[in-house]
Amino acid sequence: MSASEPTIPAAERRWAWRPYALAMPALVLLLAVIGYPLLTIVLRSLSEPQWGLQNYIWFFSAPINLTVLQRTFVISTWVTLVCVVSAYPYAYLMTAVGPRIRLVLMLCVLIPFWVSGVVRTLSWVILLQDSGVINSILRSFGLGGVRLIRTQTGVVIGMAQVLLPFMILPLYSVMKGIDLRLMRAAQSLGARPFRAFFTIYLPLSLPGVYAGAIIVFILALGFYITPALLGGPRSTMLSTLVQTQVLSLLQWGRGGAMGVVLLVVTFVLLALAAPVMRSRYREAGRR
Amino acid sequence: MNPGQENRGNPGQENMGNPGQESRGAAIDLRAISKAYGSFKALDGVSLRIEAGEFMTLLGPSGSGKTTTLNVVAGFTEASSGALEVGGRSVVGVPAHKRNIGVVFQHYALFPHMTVSRNVAYPLALRGVAGAERERRVRQALDMVKMADFGHRFPSELSGGQQQRVALARAIVFDPPLLLMDEPLGALDKKLREWLQLEIKRIHRELGTTFVYVTHDQEEALVLSDRIAVFNRGRIEQIGTGRELYDEPATLFVGKFIGDSTVLRGAAAISGGETAIEIAGQKVATPRRLANGGRPVMLLRPEKLALVRRGASGDGRNRLTGRIGEAIYLGSGSKYEVDLADGSKAIVRSTLEADSFAIGDEVEVLFAGADVKLLADDDKADLSLT
Ligand SMILES: Nc1ncnc2c1ncn2[C@@H]1O[C@H](COP(=O)(O)OP(=O)(O)OP(=O)(O)O)[C@@H](O)[C@H]1O
Ligand SMILES: [Mg+2]
Repeated sequence: MSASEPTIPAAERRWAWRPYALAMPALVLLLAVIGYPLLTIVLRSLSEPQWGLQNYIWFFSAPINLTVLQRTFVISTWVTLVCVVSAYPYAYLMTAVGPRIRLVLMLCVLIPFWVSGVVRTLSWVILLQDSGVINSILRSFGLGGVRLIRTQTGVVIGMAQVLLPFMILPLYSVMKGIDLRLMRAAQSLGARPFRAFFTIYLPLSLPGVYAGAIIVFILALGFYITPALLGGPRSTMLSTLVQTQVLSLLQWGRGGAMGVVLLVVTFVLLALAAPVMRSRYREAGRR
Repeated sequence: MNPGQENRGNPGQENMGNPGQESRGAAIDLRAISKAYGSFKALDGVSLRIEAGEFMTLLGPSGSGKTTTLNVVAGFTEASSGALEVGGRSVVGVPAHKRNIGVVFQHYALFPHMTVSRNVAYPLALRGVAGAERERRVRQALDMVKMADFGHRFPSELSGGQQQRVALARAIVFDPPLLLMDEPLGALDKKLREWLQLEIKRIHRELGTTFVYVTHDQEEALVLSDRIAVFNRGRIEQIGTGRELYDEPATLFVGKFIGDSTVLRGAAAISGGETAIEIAGQKVATPRRLANGGRPVMLLRPEKLALVRRGASGDGRNRLTGRIGEAIYLGSGSKYEVDLADGSKAIVRSTLEADSFAIGDEVEVLFAGADVKLLADDDKADLSLT
């Protein structure tokens, strides 16, 4: 521009790299632990045993792969739904109680993080098996037993329990920012509590629902231990197939191709969901 | 009962701007309303009758129970005891969403995920008003608060004053017979506040709705109201027009809360029909007596006091010596704070023609005994916390 350009923007420009510099350690770490392996996987899926699309052609020509891929998304969707429905009232309760009870509720959310995933899943085996706690209780009420272990239902229950905290925490953080006085305003305008909830509270809490749902859904797609231990052959998820290809058959190319397909399909789904999730109002209006 | 009421005129007739419509205001009757939180009484026997179409202001210091009263009327809080009628019908136990009362909050409470138009349309949608009729009424309400050009904006894209105007439009769009406002201008700066006060007054005139307005700003109360109810510690001290409260305060608290005042306290002597008070050795007297006993104090309005230089010859009025502590030029006159001999302060307003004084001048304060308001002393009248 002209020579008389103010000096302050220039000075500001000189410091503009600073945020990047501060983020450098994280960026380097991400590149090293995600970027590099991802690149390797893509390359190996295209180059083993020789260069070409053979691994992808194999993936899409074997029906079992497509069945498992589809099942992976179905199970993850169910897990996400179960998590939303059970986390929503829990997170709401956390905003409604006093600080002490809130602390207890928060601990209940976090404690499962401190127990190893294998131990947790094994305890689900004990609960869900045909002679397990749940079936004993059902039978003592004169209700017939249900098959839970080695079924898709069992897998969904187990996975939802493990992933519940990832739903509760973002929901809670959004809900505690919702101004409850808006509900009073809605009632004064003539909305019965039920209506006020669906027209005011629920829409305002949706960003938390979306954030939690995305995290849970994506984590569920890659679940390995829980479906392997709780599921049967008819509830195999894609990660189990990958494990078989890579560790048992040493087919790194095929395993890589499966991973890439999962990644691409996930991105496509998220891209489709994005317009729905984009909040249509500015954050500044919230308290 | 209330002398100011007759000359207020019939508020229902202020409805000329709305041809074909009856007075749309509802009368409100609170009888002995109490509200206890544990052993603490937030409201202690509040009785208040508000006429249809009236502009009633609840005025009082912080924590005196104004919001609690409003919440009881709106249905957000259930009273512990007492009766409440709106429009001649008891609303005790009726939930807030069935009361059909407009409420404007200090914090605006606009729905952040809806545009201005959708905010204002919300109560109409709940009442099944749809299509062109809904649009027409939304536009009419936004016109009334002069926000017609902002319909597509989100609340976060508006200034505080604009948000409050939208909140007002939303609260009147469904034609409630009663509008409650809890310090709606409390968060706004002085200029904007004064302008919006006039807007609210205009809207009240145009609608004919009963307005109940909460504020702790006595000037705002005087500007807006037909009548004012002065709250203190969960009770109503006095109800009346601004003039009544200023000229004839029923309690020391009201006298001090409304307008400037000088309070004279000292050893009192009552003889015949006269009460005298001794202040730092100087006796002042008034031909009045306290009706119900108690320790008498004198309350004087600033325009009833006159100042002369120390030693000037008297005219038979009461005299107190003092020194000018503060002199404020007001344009139309001057306001002086006079430090009296006993350490208390007198506030004097003088006109342009009167002598002017400087800080430190030795003066005498003159007043006629007939201009004194004699009130019972009351330690609860301490305003230092408000
Ligand atoms: N939910 C509650 N629990 C206990 N005490 C309460 C509650 N709500 C109000 N109070 C008390 O009741 C009293 C009156 O409160 P209120 O909100 O009516 O005051 P206010 O006159 O509106 O004051 P302000 O001008 O500060 O808004 C206060 O002392 C307050 O602490
Ligand atoms: Mg209040």
